[in-house]
Amino acid sequence: MPADFNWAIGGEAGDGIDSTGKIFAQALSRAGRHVFTSKDFASRIRGGYTAYKVRTSTEKVRSVVDRLDVLVALTPRTIEENMDELHEGSVIIYDGDRTTMSDVEIPDGMVDLDVPLKALAEDAGGAIMRNVVALGAACEATSFDIEHLDSSLKKRFGDKGQAIVENNKQAARLGQEYVQENYPDADLDYDLDTTDNDYVLLNGDEAIGMGAIAAGCKFYAGYPITPATDVMTYLKGRIEHFGGHVVQAEDELAAINLALGGARAGARSMTATSGPGIDLMTETFGLVATSETPLVIVDVMRSGPSTGMPTKQEQGDLNMMLYGGHGEIPRFVLAPTTVEECFWKTVEAFNLAEKYQTPVYLAADLAMAVTEQTFEPEAFDMDAVEIDRGKVVDEDTIEDHQTESGGFKPHEITEDGISPRAFPGTAGGAHMSTGLEHDEQGRRTEDTEMRVKQVDKRNRKVETAKEREDFSPREFGDADADNLIVTWGSNEGTLVEALEYLDDDDVDVRILSCPYIFPRADLTEEFEAADQVVVVECNATGQFADVVEHDTLQRVKRINKYDGVQFKADELAAEIKETLAADGQEVEA
Amino acid sequence: MSSQVRFTDFKSDKQPTWCPGCGDFGTMNGMMKALAETGNDPDNTFVVAGIGCSGKIGTYMHSYAIHGVHGRALPVGAGVKMANPDLEVMVAGGDGDGYSIGAGHFVHAVRRNVDMSYVVMDNRIYGLTKGQASPTSREDFETSTTPEGPQQPPVNPLALALASGATFIAQSFSSDALRHQEIVQKAIEHDGFGFVNVFSPCVTFNDVDTYDYFRDSLVDLAETDYDPTDREAAKEKVLDADKEYMGVLYQDEDSVPYEETHGLDSNMSEIDHDGAPEGAMDLVREFY
Ligand SMILES: Cc1ncc(C[n+]2csc(CCOP(=O)(O)OP(=O)(O)O)c2C)c(N)n1
Ligand code: SF4
Repeated sequence: MPADFNWAIGGEAGDGIDSTGKIFAQALSRAGRHVFTSKDFASRIRGGYTAYKVRTSTEKVRSVVDRLDVLVALTPRTIEENMDELHEGSVIIYDGDRTTMSDVEIPDGMVDLDVPLKALAEDAGGAIMRNVVALGAACEATSFDIEHLDSSLKKRFGDKGQAIVENNKQAARLGQEYVQENYPDADLDYDLDTTDNDYVLLNGDEAIGMGAIAAGCKFYAGYPITPATDVMTYLKGRIEHFGGHVVQAEDELAAINLALGGARAGARSMTATSGPGIDLMTETFGLVATSETPLVIVDVMRSGPSTGMPTKQEQGDLNMMLYGGHGEIPRFVLAPTTVEECFWKTVEAFNLAEKYQTPVYLAADLAMAVTEQTFEPEAFDMDAVEIDRGKVVDEDTIEDHQTESGGFKPHEITEDGISPRAFPGTAGGAHMSTGLEHDEQGRRTEDTEMRVKQVDKRNRKVETAKEREDFSPREFGDADADNLIVTWGSNEGTLVEALEYLDDDDVDVRILSCPYIFPRADLTEEFEAADQVVVVECNATGQFADVVEHDTLQRVKRINKYDGVQFKADELAAEIKETLAADGQEVEA
Repeated sequence: MSSQVRFTDFKSDKQPTWCPGCGDFGTMNGMMKALAETGNDPDNTFVVAGIGCSGKIGTYMHSYAIHGVHGRALPVGAGVKMANPDLEVMVAGGDGDGYSIGAGHFVHAVRRNVDMSYVVMDNRIYGLTKGQASPTSREDFETSTTPEGPQQPPVNPLALALASGATFIAQSFSSDALRHQEIVQKAIEHDGFGFVNVFSPCVTFNDVDTYDYFRDSLVDLAETDYDPTDREAAKEKVLDADKEYMGVLYQDEDSVPYEETHGLDSNMSEIDHDGAPEGAMDLVREFY
């Protein structure tokens, strides 16, 4: 295990937990440390427990762990909620002057740092800065150079003017000095080394938005829903600089129809939502597919069904993305596996959508969407982005795709299943698109032969894609191991970390992380080569496990988590060991 | 565009399957003439059709077009126009499509004020599903699903539009060819959302709201000294329970369409870079 350090701030929603946590995470990132953040949040704006956790190391960190070294507790509940993760030597920073905190008891063995956060903040210019005082105290407790904090305070408050930035810097200094003076003997041996590395810190939603702009997306329509809203927030205020537009629709039905309109006009278009929104979009999804319109639809999954647990993790919408909609609909379903992949899969989604003229689902999940991670900026190398608009015809080439009487054939029957596409405004390209079954010109038909031809044509695109695209899974672990672990979505990072625990126990595994849900790679050979196959996913029934069992005609074992919390590396490693050992199979340990 | 465009250029080679005598024939003819008359041609025109007998209009017209899902034509039209403001966008559908399943979108399309026209073929019945009550059916209008009438007041689309902040509200009658064309033309020319409720009789299922009924009862505002820019006067007219009007009921001459307020003036179908756009690396640097 890399020597990592875990820090959290917790309190009531409305206490500024998120922004304070983010300031600290950014300071660490600027100091050249890797960061992985996670959020505990309830579905309410004020009141209700909420926490922002930061895991940091000089090495790459990919998941959350069950340990807290420094906790800033704004409420007694913060301590209760995190008791399991605190350990001997954990530092707890709190404000004993705060009425609710006046009689908390810091457990034996932990370092008790009672700092008058509010009073010191007032000295620096306002009580509102009490969280920043706590950050200063945390810097002292961890021997972390407070100047890194200064730069992230400047980033956060720069817009509000130099005076505000200075006040905040001062607030942090007061926190730092208070600990120096009042707890000179506290045994605080958490050294946060810095490095010269330059990292960027962002979450999955932001990476999706950035990927969309990089891919030339110009039109976004959405309706707010946790945990997908950040995609819209990110795009708004940025996409305009690239000639694009964001519209907040009246509901998800309007959102997907607006996006469909944008796509029909020829713009790269996208909408993002979470499960309940996908439900509403499903009817139009069928129209998008039948009219062969390129469209990217992001589902940032959360716990369902219905309103479920809106702020909790789940990967429960896979079946809906794979099979949702009446009739039979060719589609792509991509599942990014990391924050970085959120970017690249979004770029790819636009290319696939336009090359194959189909809707593309991007199956992201809450754990990835709200989690910030550090990356080398090269991870998002814009020079590596490619744009492929597929078979677009213009005034000169359109003649090859017209009937004798001059009618354009937007649904021309072709060998690869892909027809020509004319943007409105192209002379000679005027045509009708419809969700009704249609002929090559897009005109309604119930002709049995044409019906079959059109269905086959649309489905043929999937075969073509399988020939032309690489749908391989990402591989980790020991390529020769007898035990195969298969997963999709954000579990990848946790599994990669779990490898180290498994290694400690001499359990060798090969991991296949599948970013392509449909079409997908055929895993039959890999399954046959393995003694045991275990599919790991965050849902109760094993939706991806069902799919691969069907593909390979081989039974798999399943590890499912559906309590609303993502997997943790050590816990997952233990479960994998146990699952592999079940049925009398021997696992060397 | 080109001045040689004739309204027949907007006709497709599909023969309409509407019942002989259906009001939708006249409604469509007027729309095609209005489009040609306002200088449009099929290649720069985008028609979005709803679902219903009325929605079939997209099939019988020739232009870039999409036949949407039931009730959702308006957001599609808005998306088309936002993504390419150079296009002339016209949305068409029925009273069920627009005021029942699509009522929510109607209110928002009105307040969004995208520069497009919306023609509703109001026959006060569901035609395509064979004669059920529509949101504009009279309270006592007997149908197969409402044998005693809907027993609830009809939706008042004009008042709904006005209350939602409409910048152009008109009503027309499909069989008054000249007036109908003229009114649709005004909706096209309006800078913003041009809404026209067209009485387009269903000769098969509605024996109350007939050609004769409209011919006898409609008051043509062009024959009065009505001032459509007067919002107070418009309020009175749209809430008038005793009379129905033909003509432009309200027009805000200072209307600024969505595209202008939001600075949309480019054709977004164009992407002038093979890779990420210039300056994209700044997006990454922002996360330092
Ligand atoms: C989601 C959905 N629900 C129901 C239908 C069935 N449907 C088709 S047309 C229609 C009503 C059409 O009425 P109106 O808009 O008044 O058009 P008209 O046929 O009278 O021109 C209905 C309910 C459908 N196509 N889609
Ligand atoms: S049923 Fe009514 S609305 Fe439909 S085509 Fe016939 S007359 Fe027209």
